[in-house]
Amino acid sequence: MLKINNLHVYYGQIHALKGISLEVKSGEIVTLIGGNGAGKTTTLRTISGLLTPKEGEIVYQGKSTENLKAHELVASGLIHVPEGRHVFPQMSVQENLDLGAYTRKDAQNIAEDLEQVFELFPRLKERRSQAAGTLSGGEQQMLAMARALMGRPKLLLLDEPSMGLAPLLVREIFNIITEINKTGVTILLVEQNANMALSVAQRGYVIETGKVVLEGDSASLAANEAVRKAYLGG
Amino acid sequence: MGILLQQIVNGIALGSIYALIALGYTMVYGIIRLINFAHGEIYMIGAFVGYFALTAFGLPFWVSLLLAMVIPALLGVLIERVAYRPLRSSPSITVLITAIGVSLLLQNLAMLWFSPDPKTFPQIFTRAPFNIGGVRITFPQVIVLATSVLLMIGLNFMVQKTKIGKAMRAVSQDKEAAKLMGIDTDRIISFTFAIGSALAGAAGVMVGIIYPRIQPLMGTMPGLKAFVAAVFGGIGSIPGAMLGGVIMGLTESLVTAYISSTWRDAIAFSLLIIILLVKPAGILGKSTREKV
Repeated sequence: MLKINNLHVYYGQIHALKGISLEVKSGEIVTLIGGNGAGKTTTLRTISGLLTPKEGEIVYQGKSTENLKAHELVASGLIHVPEGRHVFPQMSVQENLDLGAYTRKDAQNIAEDLEQVFELFPRLKERRSQAAGTLSGGEQQMLAMARALMGRPKLLLLDEPSMGLAPLLVREIFNIITEINKTGVTILLVEQNANMALSVAQRGYVIETGKVVLEGDSASLAANEAVRKAYLGG
Repeated sequence: MGILLQQIVNGIALGSIYALIALGYTMVYGIIRLINFAHGEIYMIGAFVGYFALTAFGLPFWVSLLLAMVIPALLGVLIERVAYRPLRSSPSITVLITAIGVSLLLQNLAMLWFSPDPKTFPQIFTRAPFNIGGVRITFPQVIVLATSVLLMIGLNFMVQKTKIGKAMRAVSQDKEAAKLMGIDTDRIISFTFAIGSALAGAAGVMVGIIYPRIQPLMGTMPGLKAFVAAVFGGIGSIPGAMLGGVIMGLTESLVTAYISSTWRDAIAFSLLIIILLVKPAGILGKSTREKV
């Protein structure tokens, strides 16, 4: 579904990604773990077209994304839930969800998807006319994910969905991620909470200072001495 | 009492023109955080397009008004495309200086093409006033008010209810998130310039039918005042621009009647300073508060 070869990205003079290669197969949950500033978010932002790589190639559904802009990728089902949620604060929950379906014209299916999204996130249904900026952090995260689902993602990029949430909510969010994956959505998950991430993902990549330093299935990563020390708290 | 009502009517008519111009400032600011200093010149071009449509081509009023909206709209889109878009990632002061440059360019082109001499806007409507309870309302004032109100209702409907309006609000609240929704932000920015410029063009015609002298530098002062109106309404807020415009018009009209016309602008601008001291975000401006 997604294949990245030797990706190099710069912020001005700063060489942020130094040759990242990775692959996400259809139906998988793959996680990128690593410390602050390792390049996880940069990787996602480059995949979704917000950043332009200096070198390297991104192939999505068999085609290079080189000449596509961020908004054009959305219509092909590559949908990115950014770090920090980025809901539209002055718009209602309903309007945020409407915008999630911006590229779609199939009104009938949109209405059905809305019902499904409300089933997955019942709290959003209660708050559908409330301004998104007044929701709690957890609710905003749910809204950001629900909004992404309204675009009918094939590949969902999730950046730090658990950031700043209470442990109980973190569990709930990860349950929902598994649910979404079961409906056939492929997921690339960036997380600082490596424990949780490895518990839902099939495979993972460990990124340090812009490079992949380790990859493998979740069980082997979780058992790896270095990973345990650095990211799993011993 | 009669004089007061009379000045209120005059003030609202003038204020609705400021409001139309202020909307363009506020919409463009809302979407790319730029004070488009060339906006007053768009309004001037609107007045000239209306003038030539009515005189040289002898077109009916409504057709002329439409042209005076469409041509400035295209001009606004062109200016954004060639002057502002290449600077999208430059510091905002660079874009601001460019905007001032565009403003001077348009003023001078207008003097070159239309000559600096004032022209008399054709009087298409009778100036015989209606008399309602001692208040004289002229037909041009009625046209100005009705047109402005219709345009503002239309704008509000578009921004609140239509898909493109939602996209505009999304881009103004979070441009990057808007891209991630699949919104072509460049297209929305062009569209915003088109709408803002069309409203300024309409204001140009409106001013022509109330104060029928037009000339290439006519955009400077109303442009500045409409900008002030947008700021004290709360820059970025559409209802704020409408309210700010009307307050500006009323202030001018009342100061002229009760104090002196020489104090008109000084008092209008002092009002701005006072409002901003009390409410820095403007009357309807939102002081941004974010939840993490």
